[in-house]
Amino acid sequence: MADASLWGLMLVCAVVTFALRGTGLWLSRLISLDGRAMRLLACIAYATLAALVSRILFLPAGILETTSLWERLLATAVALGVFLLLGMNLLAGVVTGGVALVVIVVLFGL
Amino acid sequence: MTASSSFISGPRYETAADALRGGALEGMGAPALVLGSGYIGFGALAADAGVSLPLAVLSTPMIFALPAQIIMVEMWQLGTPVLALVLAVMMANARFLPMTATLLPQMRHPRWNGWHYAFATHLVAMSGWAIAMRRNVELEAEHRLPFFCGFSLIMWLGCSLGTLIGFFLSGGFHDLVTVGLIFLNPIYFILILTRETRTRLGITALLCGAVAGPLVHLWIPDWSLIVGGILAGLLAFAILESTGAARRG
Repeated sequence: MADASLWGLMLVCAVVTFALRGTGLWLSRLISLDGRAMRLLACIAYATLAALVSRILFLPAGILETTSLWERLLATAVALGVFLLLGMNLLAGVVTGGVALVVIVVLFGL
Repeated sequence: MTASSSFISGPRYETAADALRGGALEGMGAPALVLGSGYIGFGALAADAGVSLPLAVLSTPMIFALPAQIIMVEMWQLGTPVLALVLAVMMANARFLPMTATLLPQMRHPRWNGWHYAFATHLVAMSGWAIAMRRNVELEAEHRLPFFCGFSLIMWLGCSLGTLIGFFLSGGFHDLVTVGLIFLNPIYFILILTRETRTRLGITALLCGAVAGPLVHLWIPDWSLIVGGILAGLLAFAILESTGAARRG
């Protein structure tokens, strides 16, 4: 029964998500690619992504809440450092970030 | 496929099929591994919450938005009212509206019809969007949609596989490992946006959003993503307009 209700919820969430993407597609037909409206939308798109990532980093929900802000910031700085030192190597930077957080928490946290 | 000499340029393509393969190849490796790892964390979370295997795995290709999927499972587990849960998912995914509105017009070409665009629309997510926004400038208009679809389909498959692996491994994870896996997502997004964002418009808007995100969340947590994104986007647009930089991108 609980699983049936979650199936329904998942379908609703999938429809809502597709509707948001679809509304973007519909909106894109109405505005000029080089116009001010498109530049404004691009600003909102970039800003929304940054707001989401920043919120997860500074005010996380769920299991990330068990780590402290300085632990997350330090791990992020280490990841950015490795990423830049290795010529913007994405995989090295990301793996370093995940491992760094675990190591920092083991050494200094909890 | 021909290599380009510019640092920021990727390969260019001769045909649409070539662009599809090129996008898929670009998605393999770091992007698929990192996003897939994030979904391992989601798979483990879903298993711990008592979600069935088919539902956990199918939620990834059907929703394809990690924060929203995590919200859905966590709020369902807490017994949150359906309306509040759906609203939270909607808020978390509100970013797709401006992302799709800015990306899809760049992919228009007489060769592609409404079904192609509808399919590409479902694949819009942060990593594919950030890479396509940069690569579209370099690619022929006809090759942009297949390149994006090739890249995003690999993400789609990698994330579904990650969910499956996470579900089966859930019992064996220490909490710290789950923390590390979930942390891969914000780190991946920070690094990919750092690497892929080259325009003054993008950089200004990212900085405004990064500051606004947590501040607005403290003020109105339920609406923080959409309100923070709109306010920060408006601020960035105003800054760029006042300096004349928005027109130059």
